[in-house]
Amino acid sequence: MSSVAPGGDLLVVENLQKYFPITEGIVMQRQVAAVKAVDDVSFTVRAGETLGVVGESGCGKSTMARCLTRLLEPTGGRIVFEGRDITHLSRSAMRPLRRDIMMVFQDPYASLNARKRVGFIIAEPLEVHGIGTDAERKRRVQELLEIVGLNPEHYNRFPHEFSGGQRQRIGIARALAVNPKLIICDEPVSALDVSVQAQILNLLKDLQEDFGLTYIFIAHDLNVVRHISDRVMVMYLGKAVEIGLKGELYTSPKHPYTGALLSAVPVADPEQGRIRKQIILTGDVPSPVNPPSACRFHPRCPRYHEGTCDVDEPLLAPHGSSTHFAACHFPLEHWPMSEDELRHGGVAAAAG
Amino acid sequence: MAVLEVKDLRTSFRTDDGVVQAVSGVSFSVERGKTLGVVGESGSGKSVTFLTLMGLVDKRNTTVSGSVLFDGEEMLGAKASRLQEIRGARIGMIFQDPMTSLNPVKRIGWQLEEAILIHNDVTHKEARTRAAELLRQVEIPRAEQRLDDYPHQFSGGMRQRVMIAMALINNPEVVIADEPTTALDVTTQAQILALMERLQQDFGMAIVMITHDLGVVAEVADDVIVMYGGRIVEHAAVDELFNRPQMPYTWGLLGSLPRLNSTAARLEQIPGQPPSLLNPPLGCAFNPRCGFTMAQCRSELPELRQLHDASGHHLFRCHLDDATRTEAWQTKHAQLVAEDAA
Repeated sequence: MSSVAPGGDLLVVENLQKYFPITEGIVMQRQVAAVKAVDDVSFTVRAGETLGVVGESGCGKSTMARCLTRLLEPTGGRIVFEGRDITHLSRSAMRPLRRDIMMVFQDPYASLNARKRVGFIIAEPLEVHGIGTDAERKRRVQELLEIVGLNPEHYNRFPHEFSGGQRQRIGIARALAVNPKLIICDEPVSALDVSVQAQILNLLKDLQEDFGLTYIFIAHDLNVVRHISDRVMVMYLGKAVEIGLKGELYTSPKHPYTGALLSAVPVADPEQGRIRKQIILTGDVPSPVNPPSACRFHPRCPRYHEGTCDVDEPLLAPHGSSTHFAACHFPLEHWPMSEDELRHGGVAAAAG
Repeated sequence: MAVLEVKDLRTSFRTDDGVVQAVSGVSFSVERGKTLGVVGESGSGKSVTFLTLMGLVDKRNTTVSGSVLFDGEEMLGAKASRLQEIRGARIGMIFQDPMTSLNPVKRIGWQLEEAILIHNDVTHKEARTRAAELLRQVEIPRAEQRLDDYPHQFSGGMRQRVMIAMALINNPEVVIADEPTTALDVTTQAQILALMERLQQDFGMAIVMITHDLGVVAEVADDVIVMYGGRIVEHAAVDELFNRPQMPYTWGLLGSLPRLNSTAARLEQIPGQPPSLLNPPLGCAFNPRCGFTMAQCRSELPELRQLHDASGHHLFRCHLDDATRTEAWQTKHAQLVAEDAA
């Protein structure tokens, strides 16, 4: 369905920046600082793949999604979709493209209009883009309800008559309505119960196979991201710190932050849980208004090196393979980290 | 020694649509110094069980029966003033969302001092010293200065630490934590869980950890209760429960969990939705979603029974016979192991 062949670059993002100004003064507003929510993030999304984006709250993953859909105006950088620069397209020029990039939101309770019937909600994108007659739209909506595993007869119901999982299916049907090429899912399962979460993840996978969809899947849950993604990008304080194929990133993480994230995930196995070693990060994520100098992770990093990490900003560089990039001066050599490395990680790396 | 003993607790709410039987006959005990994990999906009755035993349900539309013994004293039907003495002093509570459980227009110090002053005969100055000490115990940096901050000036993880400090104020014997880490990021969650473990070692309180996350339970609990449709469907020591769960719902939960090392292309899903407690299914509440349903399951509620060859207690609620259950779990377990190994 996409004009880009599967495996080709559907979306290319270069040095994307989004700064929110902090102003002072009421009449004469002047900018005193900026929240650097997304700072110099570059990546590509290939047609037919799923790129997972993980990071803690405040790392800029949702802001990035909003820039990609142009719900927010990027401060700098370039967004190229199907070979066309869409970074600063006008509203009217952007409109036809909105059919190609759709979003599924986190909260299925807040993202559906409570006063409209499900049929209307799902048909709205069709109507906005002037696709089909009333009768055709109705048929399409019923088809979509069936595709996402809901009863087509529920066309006339209101959102409150559905459970959380069913509402998320409605949100997915709405995103599918206009045959998009790229669907950006922003935490689509974090509000759902585990058993229902599995249903939605499986549905997203099935739809991808059936319709050749491309996903950007944003979540804070590493297990979920691992399950659905082909490649994964880890963000910290507005920066991409590691990006790689799922297999590489989860089995041999290079950035200490990725390591910390992985080791913090609780394991549903009491025996394994007891033997595994955790890197427990101290402190909170620093403020993006005044981020730490150079490597933004250095104040919390177990491998921090004075004089290098706080002076010289590491750039994304390949580690181990041509698909695995990390922004770190002292990347992890072993995974899981040994006791010794946890304590003297930085020193050992410097000597080696 | 059990500090909290619950017997046949039942809670129902009268609503416009009819009676919702939120908790139907729940019995368990909480041991001193141990952690009890309570797992279940939304609507399984896990939160209502503990709100009921704390006397925090609305009496106007709620019917409660059964018995809750705290340190040998009956809590159900106790005077409001007596409950007030116990709550916050001897039983602490930590809620899921620290932003909505703290007063946004009062300083943290004021809120902590208030809780200290209610239960102790101390001066304001002493209360303030104690509040600062509590913040230090939950590892909040610059404790004295932070007493003058408002809740919005704290991050999510720090706010949850304040909640924990508040629950600990009077060295409670039991701390009930209702989804304390659900709203937090994984790294913050790891910090909070480690903190709670340390505090338990220092103060020896019992913890009830209510959560939907089997990973968290595996990490912190000694004993686990699985709830479904307002009833306990499985109850065992943590290793026993994860090594050989007996109830198809527990298998489903374990299977539907995305695992870090799994290679499976599809997650196993439990079909359908959790039951409505307004019209619960006849027989076993899980029967419409269960892959092993027999005629008996649709008509007759299975009793909570002891697994005969378990070393300790292992209670479960299922009609399937031993051979079928053992075989079904072994098949399932082999499949999970194969997915992890591949």
